[in-house]
Amino acid sequence: MKFDTPATTNPIDQLKVIGKPLDRIDGRFKTTGTARYSYERHDVVPNPAYGHVLGAAIAKGRIKSFDLAAAKSAPGVLAIVTADNAGALDKGKNNTAKLLGGPEIEHYHQAIAVVVAESFEQARAAAQLIRVDYQDDGGSFDLRAGMADAKPAKVLGGPADSAVGDFATAFAAAPVQLEQMYSTPDESHAMMEPHATTAVWDGDRLTLWTSNQMIAWGVGEVAKTLKMPKENVRLVSEYIGGGFGSKLFVRTDAILAALGARAAGRPVKLTLQRALVFNNTTHRPATVQRIRIGADKDGKITAIGHESWSGDLPGGKPDGAVSQTRQLYAGANRMTATRLAVLDLPEGNAMRAPGEASGMMALEIAVDEIAEKLAMDPIEFRILNDTQVVPDNAKEASKESQTVGSASKSELPFSQRQLVQCFQTGRDRFGWAKRNPKPGEVRDGRWLVGLGVAAAFRNNQLTKSAARVRLEQDGRIVVETDMTDIGTGSYTIIAQTAAEMMGVPIDKVVVLLGDSAFPVSAGSGGQWGGNNSTAGVYAACIKLREMIAQKLGVNSAEAAFTDGEVRTGARGVALADAARDGALSAEDGIEYGDLDKKYQQSTFGAHFVEVGVDAATAEIRVRRMLAVCAAGRILNPKTARSQVIGAMTMGVGAALMEELVVDKRRGFFVNHDLAGYEVPVHGDIPHQEVVFLDETDPMSSPMKAKGIAELGICGVAAAVANAVYNATGVRVRDYPVTLDKLIDKLPAVG
Amino acid sequence: MPTFGDLKLSRRDMLMGTAATLALGNAPNTASAQDAGVSGGAVALAAGTPSLAKVSFTVNGAAHDLNLDTRTTLLDALREHLHLTGSKKGCDQGQCGACTVIVEGRRIASCLSLAVMHQGDAITTIEGLGTPDNMHPMQAAFVKHDGYQCGYCTPGQICSAVAMLDEIKAGMPSHVTADLEATPQLTNAELRERMSGNICRCGAYSNIAEAITEVAGSPA
Repeated sequence: MKFDTPATTNPIDQLKVIGKPLDRIDGRFKTTGTARYSYERHDVVPNPAYGHVLGAAIAKGRIKSFDLAAAKSAPGVLAIVTADNAGALDKGKNNTAKLLGGPEIEHYHQAIAVVVAESFEQARAAAQLIRVDYQDDGGSFDLRAGMADAKPAKVLGGPADSAVGDFATAFAAAPVQLEQMYSTPDESHAMMEPHATTAVWDGDRLTLWTSNQMIAWGVGEVAKTLKMPKENVRLVSEYIGGGFGSKLFVRTDAILAALGARAAGRPVKLTLQRALVFNNTTHRPATVQRIRIGADKDGKITAIGHESWSGDLPGGKPDGAVSQTRQLYAGANRMTATRLAVLDLPEGNAMRAPGEASGMMALEIAVDEIAEKLAMDPIEFRILNDTQVVPDNAKEASKESQTVGSASKSELPFSQRQLVQCFQTGRDRFGWAKRNPKPGEVRDGRWLVGLGVAAAFRNNQLTKSAARVRLEQDGRIVVETDMTDIGTGSYTIIAQTAAEMMGVPIDKVVVLLGDSAFPVSAGSGGQWGGNNSTAGVYAACIKLREMIAQKLGVNSAEAAFTDGEVRTGARGVALADAARDGALSAEDGIEYGDLDKKYQQSTFGAHFVEVGVDAATAEIRVRRMLAVCAAGRILNPKTARSQVIGAMTMGVGAALMEELVVDKRRGFFVNHDLAGYEVPVHGDIPHQEVVFLDETDPMSSPMKAKGIAELGICGVAAAVANAVYNATGVRVRDYPVTLDKLIDKLPAVG
Repeated sequence: MPTFGDLKLSRRDMLMGTAATLALGNAPNTASAQDAGVSGGAVALAAGTPSLAKVSFTVNGAAHDLNLDTRTTLLDALREHLHLTGSKKGCDQGQCGACTVIVEGRRIASCLSLAVMHQGDAITTIEGLGTPDNMHPMQAAFVKHDGYQCGYCTPGQICSAVAMLDEIKAGMPSHVTADLEATPQLTNAELRERMSGNICRCGAYSNIAEAITEVAGSPA
């Protein structure tokens, strides 16, 4: 189905099932320990051997020699695979470094060997017997040191640099100016299930039960890496213990399980050891950002500039921290610039809301700062500088120039933009009027109390997605698509979509996901999964409805699918009757025209945070949180709300604790476990409130929905940082905001 | 370019020694440090015949007699030998809580406990609390309040929550209990402190707290 004109009224608009806060259909499995994750497939792989990965102990250099003798002769060992005996391997398009290193080492903890043994304990013990003699070549590990030599790098969806009007002149002439440097640290996804795979060969055909967000990409990447036909690779990812971008791409676990299984002649399963996850896999790269905002005395932005530096391995990509600054606030004169330094740290890549997450951490502090300089309420400042068209359409400009965008004024409208309404709703709900604009003035016992606010912004992305829908003889509807559920609620919203379209209760719908044998979906990433995958199911259901109508001899245009019946006028026939001679199966998908070129599709929100800062110790506690979101139709308010509170929680982590600490001599992340890399725990998170504004977006898809899961993290950290400033009068611009950065600047304890 | 000559091997040796064999493959090693690390016990253990030991315990009311490699954790005994994969391995280092099970009424990190240490113990896992068609009230409350997302920490959260409520009932104080003489109450602060050993990276905490509160307040 081609979606190239705005959606009109369709069966989804009945909202009998869609839009309801239903419990997840997979909930009873997840809560009883019966949902099967990739390492737990005793049901299909009864006797696997166990793989254990050895990571490189240097950041850059070469393996001079391996001594595998002791490991090979250790009890239970079936095979050891290194680059020496793995056979010829290619590299995935989405992998910057090789997944099996050696002899060249590209980053610390790059996998260099997998030991396969009869038991987990034997594999682990044997891996410890491998002796490696390295040639350590040193490397570049310090982003700030690399900034001077950093090169322009294209940001996803736009050129490296963009310019509108004359930024330099307008900024110099602005009566009120802000110029500040900000920084965000390297962050880790730290999802609860480490990367895990069970691999089985049947001749030259490979099946991988693997924890992966993007099944079709994964099939292609496995095939490319192992130099085998795509047709011979099957990926299954029934349940995924979190991703946040870490499982967008095929990683070491999948490739080494496959290689280990081939070498051992046995099914092999392996989990990347937690202590390897942080340096072996990808992370959100650190940024240094420079923001300049010029405003007139009334608070209107006249000039806005955002520059960002990040680093990655040779051939890698930058963090897109400037992305939102091209679209979020008005202002006639603008510039952005993105620079990439070559670093020999582990691979930087996508983590929840790549670009906007780190960009908003800086931009939304800068906005708070200039509002204060203007003696304006930060919400009023944002409302005053709202725009209903994209002020810097760098995507368009990039056609004319590879690096610098044109100065032409954009007239690209947003399909929906309720940013102002988000702030207005939140302001009342949160009690913003009680905020004292003068920082450091509000006390509650030992606590200095402050309120902070920030905008949330993240684009909505359209990508084609297919599904197969079947009417069974017993009247059940079975949906098959390679879409994944990484905790987002895909199982449930897909079931709701099919139930709505076919007119059956949700318990008559069976949803099967995450198998490359199923039609190719959008997959999970970039907050594109919910809207696109359900739109694909919508398309397949339309086709199935036509087949059913034809079978029953009714006009599909006049047929209503409701209450388990197909009704035309007063006549109703049981849906199952259409399958009396056998199941009916339809396959289709959604494909998009150019509505996303005619309208910028984005999601908006406002984050409100109250913190308490201990007046004596500077301990920071988040006391209240509210997010107001405008993100198209909310398909299931219960699961959508969960996405937002989860993102708010990760935003608190980014604000207050998350930081991969770089050892700049040896080139690795020091705190590579869940005790050293701190993420929020129960004690850090208060009750969280989420409000969804009423919105449908007919430009996005027949579902009229947009993404929500990444919107929720964008801006949270800045709202926390701004609240800490309001509480204490101490402005911290280098994340995370930890007590050591506050304590010597706090007011004297009175 | 920085060199590593200023790192003292003796310090690293000490780190290797204390980190024991589990961390060996992962520690920041030069070749020499790795050599230093695999001296002694690890070699003997790996090169020799694995030592097996018999252990008997009950899991969810069923008796099991196992003959296990002595290095097998309780978590791996459950997951790999008894195929009870509800208990999750999130870190294998006692840092995340996903492996939480209830042993003799107390919640423990089963990844930090060797199976052979549990001779005669009664162990309850997530599978023993309830089933998809007959859920424990805590499991049902997690579903109702959407107290999970990816589901990987969920069994640990639920086992922890069930045992935690028993700890409150038994009058056990926590770090945030102001009065050690008084009976602890399930306040917000108590609940959040006592559950803080169970990480949920999806960030379902607000919902988990509501699920637990509901169960604690119900007559059941």
